Amino acid sequence: MIRRSALSLAPTWPRYISRRPMLAVGAGILAFFVLIAIFAPIVAPFDPILQDPKARLQPPSFAHPFGTDNFGRDVLSRVIWGARIDLQIALIGVLFPFLIGTVIGTVAGFFGKTIDTVFMRIVDIILAFPFLVLMLSIITILGPGLSSFYIAMALVGWISYARLIRAQILVLKTQDFSVAAESLGFSRSRIMFRHLLPNALAGSLVFVMSDAVLVLLNGAAISYLGLGVQPPTAEWGVMVAEAQGFITQAWWITLFPGLAIVTLAFGFSLLGDAMGDLLGVHE
Amino acid sequence: MHRFRFILYRPIQFIPVLFGISVITFVLVRLIPGDPARIILGTRASPTALANIRAQYGLDEPMWVQYLFFLKNLGAGEMGRSTLYKIDVLKLIATRIEPTLALVAAAVILSLLIAVPFAALSARRQGRPTDHVVRIVSTAGIGFPPFWLGVMLIILFSVKLGWLPVSGYGNTLGEKIQHLILPGLTIALSLSAVLTRSLRAGMIAGLKSDVATAARARGMPENIVFWRHVVPNALVPTVNLLAINIGWLIGGTVVVESVFAIPGMGQLLVRGIFTRDYMVVQGVAMTFAVATVLINLLADILTVALDPRVDLS
Repeated sequence: MIRRSALSLAPTWPRYISRRPMLAVGAGILAFFVLIAIFAPIVAPFDPILQDPKARLQPPSFAHPFGTDNFGRDVLSRVIWGARIDLQIALIGVLFPFLIGTVIGTVAGFFGKTIDTVFMRIVDIILAFPFLVLMLSIITILGPGLSSFYIAMALVGWISYARLIRAQILVLKTQDFSVAAESLGFSRSRIMFRHLLPNALAGSLVFVMSDAVLVLLNGAAISYLGLGVQPPTAEWGVMVAEAQGFITQAWWITLFPGLAIVTLAFGFSLLGDAMGDLLGVHE
Repeated sequence: MHRFRFILYRPIQFIPVLFGISVITFVLVRLIPGDPARIILGTRASPTALANIRAQYGLDEPMWVQYLFFLKNLGAGEMGRSTLYKIDVLKLIATRIEPTLALVAAAVILSLLIAVPFAALSARRQGRPTDHVVRIVSTAGIGFPPFWLGVMLIILFSVKLGWLPVSGYGNTLGEKIQHLILPGLTIALSLSAVLTRSLRAGMIAGLKSDVATAARARGMPENIVFWRHVVPNALVPTVNLLAINIGWLIGGTVVVESVFAIPGMGQLLVRGIFTRDYMVVQGVAMTFAVATVLINLLADILTVALDPRVDLS
């Protein structure tokens, strides 16, 4: 496997993207959601939590393109504001596991022996639990809420990154450049984090994108169950949960937040595939 | 039968993992802030009951002794009592296993019924528009949240068309099957996205393999080559793929049982969290973890049985 640095391709970016529609579509979807999240106060036509008893359960119309919910709140505005929370879930829910897993994977792979055995045993044990079940058990202790979700994510999610990085480090540390760095008398931490880690990152950078899909789905599912983001905050999972009492009257309250999740997840998946091609990594 | 010898020593490798599972489930409950005796018995427990539970679980002893007490009780088949249902957690779980198992089975069967034809279509038209459509749909399919898909299917098939029940589980076999179609389909649609990708890759490799070439050389029609030689070989790795994804599949059932109000282990877990029925949460988490370990063993046995070339010893 030949690994190329993403930066070396920088000057040819425009041509590269134009030849890969999937990458363009994926990046476009993500950029779209980031923009509406940042500019939610400007883009959203209504206040996402403002109730209007006179406009309850209205089907999609010009005034309310996605209709209104049982409190008369504008569904479009809630979907737009929801992008803020759900993007934050995907970002923070991936970032901490990535950082923790990368450090543990690097250290375990580099030092080997006892440290490696201990961490890999912990990985085996965490892997034995179904991911969502362990997440829910941790949230039971911490109490429902978004911060509990992030802590549970950090405690459970690092194992994938640790395994990916460790496997790479094990291969890289026997290669000539690593041996050369060692014989030059570089410190262990310099070899680990400046020489080995940058070369080991490609696989987990690609995995970040498919992980973002899983984190997004899990965060929304936990909020749907009532254990994550709490109402009246506009979050897509919460919106689906709140809509379920009105499925016989108003399909639009359920449809649109779900479509938002599906679209954002599709964007992440496309970006992941494209990054895999770019960095020469295949899962 | 030496290829199956690993069944004998594999359980020895499980010991550290099972030890770890028991430590984690033990620690989970001890980490809950408050008096552990009250956590086990609920807030309205009587002083005598509290004293009894302190003795049974050794709650006045150091942590590691408490863990030994926990193991001893577990060995005696006691996982604690549910504060809500007032019965032993193991007995409670036993009554909830069937719906969950049935749901997982329905999901796996339906996902194969969806994935095999689509993967076949895609593999046999590799690089053509059909292939691209199947690949894009399966990429998108991974991102479908089961809780939303479930509600959408209820809206379409139960509310608008009135074909299937909205929720619940039913009593007779016929009712149960009816009640399992939509929840099974909900999980199957996401699962088949994963399966289609792997099956497609397997079938493409199979179409180029020597087996297929030899069969064609004998004058066998392409259809028979495909369904008799390529598809069965492509299906073998699916067993392992399902085992790898079993944790994800269980997570899916936890959510989907809540969507469709199916009285299985997942619903028990979620209700347990809301009612602070900690022994139930502990018991369900542990049962799911042990089941995951056993299913992985089962998948290994099945793979060895299906493919004579595989040797895990």
